[in-house]
Amino acid sequence: MRKRGFSHWLYIGPALAILAFFLVYPTVHTIILSFGDKTGEGLSGIANYRFVFTNRAMQTALRNNLLWVVVFTAVTVGLGLAMAVLLDRVRYERIAKSIIFLPMAISFVGSGVIWKFVYAFRPATVDQIGLLNGIVVALGGEPVGWLIERPWINNFALIFVAIWIWTGFCMVLLSATYKGIPKSLLESARLDGASEWQVFWRISFPLMRSTIAVAATMMLITVLKIFDIVYVMTNGNFGTEVIANRMYKEMFQFRNFGRASAIAVVLLLAIIPVMIFNLKRFREQEAIR
Amino acid sequence: MRKLGVGLLIGLLSVVLFAAVGGAQQRSLVLMGEMADQEAAAIEATLESFEAATGIKVETIWTRDPALLTTRIEAGNPPDIVLLPKPGQMVSLVEEGKLKDLTFMKSQLEEDYGQAWLDMGTVKGTIYGFYIAVSNKSMVWYSPAQFAARGYEVPTTWAELNALSDQIVADGETPWAIGLESGGATGWPGTDWIEDIMLRTAGAAVYDQWVAHDIAWTDPLIKTAFEYFGDIVLDPNYVFGGTTGALTTNFGDSPNELFVDPPNAYLHHQASFIESFFTADFPNLVPGIDYDWFVTPPINEALGTPAFGGGNVVVTFSDSAEAQALMRYLASAAVQEVWAARVGYISANKNVSPNVYPSDIVRGIADSLVNASAFRFDASDLMSEEIGAAFWKAVVDYVGGEDLDAVLEDMEAAY
Repeated sequence: MRKRGFSHWLYIGPALAILAFFLVYPTVHTIILSFGDKTGEGLSGIANYRFVFTNRAMQTALRNNLLWVVVFTAVTVGLGLAMAVLLDRVRYERIAKSIIFLPMAISFVGSGVIWKFVYAFRPATVDQIGLLNGIVVALGGEPVGWLIERPWINNFALIFVAIWIWTGFCMVLLSATYKGIPKSLLESARLDGASEWQVFWRISFPLMRSTIAVAATMMLITVLKIFDIVYVMTNGNFGTEVIANRMYKEMFQFRNFGRASAIAVVLLLAIIPVMIFNLKRFREQEAIR
Repeated sequence: MRKLGVGLLIGLLSVVLFAAVGGAQQRSLVLMGEMADQEAAAIEATLESFEAATGIKVETIWTRDPALLTTRIEAGNPPDIVLLPKPGQMVSLVEEGKLKDLTFMKSQLEEDYGQAWLDMGTVKGTIYGFYIAVSNKSMVWYSPAQFAARGYEVPTTWAELNALSDQIVADGETPWAIGLESGGATGWPGTDWIEDIMLRTAGAAVYDQWVAHDIAWTDPLIKTAFEYFGDIVLDPNYVFGGTTGALTTNFGDSPNELFVDPPNAYLHHQASFIESFFTADFPNLVPGIDYDWFVTPPINEALGTPAFGGGNVVVTFSDSAEAQALMRYLASAAVQEVWAARVGYISANKNVSPNVYPSDIVRGIADSLVNASAFRFDASDLMSEEIGAAFWKAVVDYVGGEDLDAVLEDMEAAY
């Protein structure tokens, strides 16, 4: 048996040191600050956490983040999956996929600006400059304040922008997996008389399950941190506040280190279950290999 | 113009002398501010002469992102001199012990600035800042040509203003153009309305109590001011595009509704700086004929016609001889006359000659600031960042249709 020495520390030491300095230290420091006061010098007990869960703006933010998580994750993965499977059957697959993937190349801020133009509102008596209201008016409707009408229209208008960006990513990820499924498997099922619906749900879907889980967790983590779109388009006004935007305000506008840190910690805690799920699944997969 | 040059020379000479006797050697300075292109260019033009005369290099940072200053302060690397748009920020920076006082140039400031302006630069008895780029905010813009064509008269009381609005509605038109959208600061033009109304319904003394939070936000006096604003902004006949129009229209685009043909609106409440916005979009407008302004009319005659406005307060994080030399330079009448002449910057410096302003309109605005029955600084800029931002949001919520009592209770809870 090989004797255990200290040499292994030599190998993992630098990695550990970097991890400790760039990840562990800031995390611990943030947790300490979250129990501190505005300037980060004195202590304030759990006052910051009470703020996070009782302040009206924060409650709106928590509610909206939940809405984002559910709607955004479900739609990007669902739509991505549908596109991946359906586009596999058409001749112009490449062009269609390229177009759907294209928004991925645009930054969140850029998309926010683009869609702010699309959603632009002008009173009914003058010409519309926003594409969406242009269509609505052309069809004989009244112009809508897409970013103003709360609580549903404006939140969905914002979530749609993120969906527009990320659906292409899910599609590409899932399409690669779908193409990896042996065609003979699907063929034999069809020969045995399975309908297309059955082929998808009984064969393709189970085989793609792990990639779907990866895509879903990625989307979930992305959307929990959602900031740019809201910051650019409404800045959290009209009941569209989200957690990360609130954190930015507390930190950089109000310079309230305690509250900003408490919000960061809550966000971190919200992500941990997702990470654990991800790690567990990863281990299971390794075990199969 | 020659007189101006001589003044500038004298200003520079004193700076050179001062720099020569100064101690620590810091040959470059960082100056930061929230200025738009034209204004920034005017400041930089005067900095060139400063650099040439003193050999001190001045690096300028123009940004609209207030987080940049916060980040640099936290990193222990603040700029030497900052033009703060909010005096409330000056007070909190003084409380945190970050700013250096201006006692060294107190006599110069006392010679050049009126007591009201000195007081606004003073924190707990010590002077920390002086004001540049002052704006008047008690103003309503209109088009004299359109008024003449339709037989409208400039109102001198609030009742006349409302009668005029009704007359415009009766003619099948919309009186007001209101734009509250301003990115991260959406709502601020509404706070200007409410502040202007507060001075007219409750008076300057109550206004001061309000800023200091000596009266609660739920006080009937504050509620009344919101309601006066609400009577206009919440009435779909009064505002172009109604509340949705007000909430989605950018403040900078809003006055354009007065100048399109035919006009979409006839009245616009906004500070003096807005002139540079609509004249950029409509360069052929003739001042005095196509556009002009009147003072926001009084509501309670006993309280007169107070004015309120904003400005940038110049503060320093450094006590080096170079930074002090630049502070003296920026405060001088000679330099501020250059800004006034170039971009119609209104100067709080009383030794700036009214003749240097580029137009009668700007001269009139400067004059109204001097002759107002009372002058107060923009309340939302005097309050802390957090309360100021909550005030913007209160306006957005109120215009968005939320119950006024709930909005004001939220404001009170923000403290």
